[in-house]
Amino acid sequence: MPLLEARDVHGGYGGMNILNGVNMLLEADQVGVIVGPNGAGKSTMLKAVFGLLHVNQGDILLHGEPIQNLAPNKLVQRGMGFVPQEKNVFPSLSVEENLEMGAFLKPANVKRMLTKVYEFFPPLAEKRRQPAGELSGGQRQMVAMGRALMAEPTLLLLDEPTAGLSPLYMNEIFDRVKEINAAGVGILMVEQNAKQALAIADKGFVLAAGQNRFTDTGAALLADPDVAKSFLGG
Amino acid sequence: MNELVFFINNVIISGSVTGSIYAIGAIGVTLIFSIMRFAHFAHADMMTFGAFMVLLLTAAFPAAGASFGIPTALVMLPLAMVITAALAVGIDKVFYKPLRAHGVKPIVLVIGSLGVTLMLQGLIRLFAGTGGQSLYVDDRKEIFRLAVPFEGVRAPIVITEPQIYLFILTLIAVVALHLFLSRSRLGKAMRAMSDNPELAQASGINTQMIVAVTWVIAGGLAAIAGTLLALDVTFKPDLSFFILLPIFAAAIVGGVGHPYGAIAGVCSRLCRNPGGIQLEHSTTPLSGQPARLVRTAQQFGVCEQ
Ligand SMILES: Nc1ncnc2c1ncn2[C@@H]1O[C@H](COP(=O)(O)OP(=O)(O)OP(=O)(O)O)[C@@H](O)[C@H]1O
Ligand SMILES: [Mg+2]
Repeated sequence: MPLLEARDVHGGYGGMNILNGVNMLLEADQVGVIVGPNGAGKSTMLKAVFGLLHVNQGDILLHGEPIQNLAPNKLVQRGMGFVPQEKNVFPSLSVEENLEMGAFLKPANVKRMLTKVYEFFPPLAEKRRQPAGELSGGQRQMVAMGRALMAEPTLLLLDEPTAGLSPLYMNEIFDRVKEINAAGVGILMVEQNAKQALAIADKGFVLAAGQNRFTDTGAALLADPDVAKSFLGG
Repeated sequence: MNELVFFINNVIISGSVTGSIYAIGAIGVTLIFSIMRFAHFAHADMMTFGAFMVLLLTAAFPAAGASFGIPTALVMLPLAMVITAALAVGIDKVFYKPLRAHGVKPIVLVIGSLGVTLMLQGLIRLFAGTGGQSLYVDDRKEIFRLAVPFEGVRAPIVITEPQIYLFILTLIAVVALHLFLSRSRLGKAMRAMSDNPELAQASGINTQMIVAVTWVIAGGLAAIAGTLLALDVTFKPDLSFFILLPIFAAAIVGGVGHPYGAIAGVCSRLCRNPGGIQLEHSTTPLSGQPARLVRTAQQFGVCEQ
């Protein structure tokens, strides 16, 4: 049974629809990458999956069960984690408190998962008492991912985790994403660094104007001259 | 020495009394603002309501305090806190929640809370009349006169029983709030929601529950503040007009929109001076308030220097 399936999803922010029929299929343990031009509806699609956007047509299934329009906290209970594109930390809370909030629904997890997350992102261990608002962009991204991991999700949604990061940090984040996936967590992420992201993708979805333009394996999309010409900058 | 005693009586003690009352009210206002992002103008009337509940309960069981050796009103306070907290949650359900669900601008909620103010005040007036009433039904307000053992000192230091309880309860409330916000899972979630409500939701925090907890805390504290004010002065249905703006001043000075602001507000109030006298004798409650608001802010600047 697929981990996540989206069938003909339509939805928007109240006025016009932004998503005009998006389809996705992701098996457990796979990495799915959404690419596309600015304003294509990539973030909007992630929000729809995570219950932050009203879906007015189509189905979204998690482990075969319909989840469209369930509240986000219900989806966290069902094993979904979400790292938004912007404002993805609690600035006045310390790093450790940020992480604890990720395990709000599983307080018994806190100790064990804190140890794990600090092992996974060593820079955070040193900064554990520091307010997250005082961290650099890359460290914030680690806090945000760490927070989402605290609840031990089976599907992790990441919206542009490498936005604004230097190439070194960017590679670091991609490595972390691969490791998280290797530990058995399905990943659906939006990326602007399309070539690098598609290189680690089992599934790639090229969105434009709220619809799938191309859908294939990451490698096939990278090799496709049409995709390269119109979406990967040649 | 006489000047020192005068200073202690009229500046330190009476200033801390009003400061403490404003501070407990301001904690509620700040918590509500930091979670729901609107200025809750009906807060002072929740304080009056809490005092009113104590008045009713005290009238119903006037002798209850004697067996504990404290004023009956204080014995009734926990029950009044529960009732006021329930009222706060109820008011949110009926008035504010539907407005929030429509995604209205904060100003609409503020106007709504003005409506709640009038409604609560009318309700209290309906049952309590318009005059002042003492919360000491069967017992007396103890007044302690501490003679100062120095030559030439004529006046004693004067402090009343409710003032002592007020200091103790304020201290407990501030320490408890600090521990709650810094240590407990719910308290941290409250700060998280104040920082970033969408992310709090995305983390699985039940934001509806946090809202309810906020009202429970704010309502309970309002009952404490209202009761202690009524014990120190008298109970009146329009008490709120005397305290509403100072409470907001305290909240603003402390930093509205951040749960910890209220605690800073407490400290600022404690270094503020002669409030107590004005509170009892002010006959033009509303007209004098804007000036006081400005002065409060200025005084804080002076305090800090
Ligand atoms: N909160 C919102 N309310 C109304 N419209 C929105 C909102 N967020 C996004 N939109 C609109 O939805 C469309 C798609 O936006 P979305 O954020 O999904 O784009 P994106 O593909 O993630 O772009 P980017 O690469 O710039 O992040 C845009 O036209 C945008 O104007
Ligand atoms: Mg986006």
